[in-house]
Amino acid sequence: MSAPAEPATVAVPVRLGAPVSGPQPPAPVRSSLTDDLKLGLDAPICLTWELTYGCNLACVHCLSSSGRRDPRELDTAQAKAVIDELERLQVFYVNIGGGEPMIRPDFFELIRYATDHHVGVKFSTNGTRIDAAAARQLAAMDYLDVQISIDGATAEVNDPVRGEGSFDAAVAAMGHLADAGFGPFKISVTVTRHNVAQLDEFAALADRFGAQLRVTRLRPSGRGADTWHELHPTQDQQRQLYRWLMDRPDVLTGDSFFHLSAFGEALPGLNLCGAGRVVCLIDPVGDVYACPFVIHDEFRAGNVADPGGFTDVWRSSELFRSLREPSSPGACASCGSYDDCQGGCMAAKFFVGLELDDPDPECVKGAAEPLLAALGAVEPPRPAPDHSKPVAVSLARKPTT
Amino acid sequence: MAPTVAPGTSSPSVEVDLEDAFELSPQVSLRPEPFGALAYHFGNRRLTFLRSPDMVRLVRELEHHPSAAAALSALGIDARRWPSFRKALANLVASEMLRVRAR
Repeated sequence: MSAPAEPATVAVPVRLGAPVSGPQPPAPVRSSLTDDLKLGLDAPICLTWELTYGCNLACVHCLSSSGRRDPRELDTAQAKAVIDELERLQVFYVNIGGGEPMIRPDFFELIRYATDHHVGVKFSTNGTRIDAAAARQLAAMDYLDVQISIDGATAEVNDPVRGEGSFDAAVAAMGHLADAGFGPFKISVTVTRHNVAQLDEFAALADRFGAQLRVTRLRPSGRGADTWHELHPTQDQQRQLYRWLMDRPDVLTGDSFFHLSAFGEALPGLNLCGAGRVVCLIDPVGDVYACPFVIHDEFRAGNVADPGGFTDVWRSSELFRSLREPSSPGACASCGSYDDCQGGCMAAKFFVGLELDDPDPECVKGAAEPLLAALGAVEPPRPAPDHSKPVAVSLARKPTT
Repeated sequence: MAPTVAPGTSSPSVEVDLEDAFELSPQVSLRPEPFGALAYHFGNRRLTFLRSPDMVRLVRELEHHPSAAAALSALGIDARRWPSFRKALANLVASEMLRVRAR
């Protein structure tokens, strides 16, 4: 490896949530950027903030087991205090989600407060609350991105996962945003065994609305713990997905498929687990977790109401400090691809019952398969808390009318 | 070691002249970090890592000097290092973080 001439002066452009584009410095510089990021930053780059556990849908893979609002959810004043703190920390933008964030009566008040205070907003919604008037209101705001979630390019594939009528509702919202001149909103898809064959159809749907396609990885988190085994892509599908993504660097991924980089050439973006290093989650009651996919006591670092607030949790909590320590490749030490995939996703390992230094359960080399088989009847950790509505959630396909 | 950020390609598509004057885009915020600073452009949503304290000082100083060369001199940066700063400035102009300012 040749020494870079002057690595320290190179500016590395990374467009978060977008493929890295534009001029890039030579390779040795990139690896040391990863090293910088592993040590953690003074504040998160990418912070997810779930405003409510309430939701009018009951998706079978919901990462936060949402359904009912929690009586302890931050109220408007507390939420604004969080925004004030994020502004002081220069957190440039937040990913707002839920639950369905738009069911909060103060939703518009909060996103307006955030964008007025130099905290840009990207929010995820199922689209059911975006009618023509709401779309016009959203289109009139600056520093705002909207992401509409669907999990099938047709109602037949989408609705068994997200609920009957949810596909049509999402597409109606897309139409309202396009009509209001919102500009390139995002269509967000969790890749599953059932929709991986529809990737081109998703891209066509995005083109139809002048939208940008974003695809992300399914995790066994929340209610996903119960459905992951039936929904996660097969090995063949993972390879197909990898090739598809390599051909389409314009498709956003939230850098969530870095485990696929072990197939060969690295995917665009940051290939590392950012939990507690560059990302974290603030949940609706103000609890701070290492990432949106690990809502479990073991990964709870503190609460925004703790003395010292979010800043102290981010900078000093025992959990986040430990996540920034050099990690051992563990069972992956002898695999030549560890530098490419970094051992994969912590949340995926945890909720299927693997150790954190085991291979990713979807390791493309199949390294996790004997370990998963050996787990047998051992019960993996249960995601918690659970805000699901007291109704049976099933994967059964309902007849569409 | 394998690259961990997207395999990049070309040199900057923008050339800059160190005799030009520059300024930070009014849509850009700089955030200090242990390795230097993060620059975020609220318009194009681009994030850039400025991975050297000298580069951060330069970016902050540019608007106070009639040229980038004058800023580099004022910061006491050895002229032999200027070509690498010129490339870094070109990257920042290409991503709209910096813009040329009328003198």
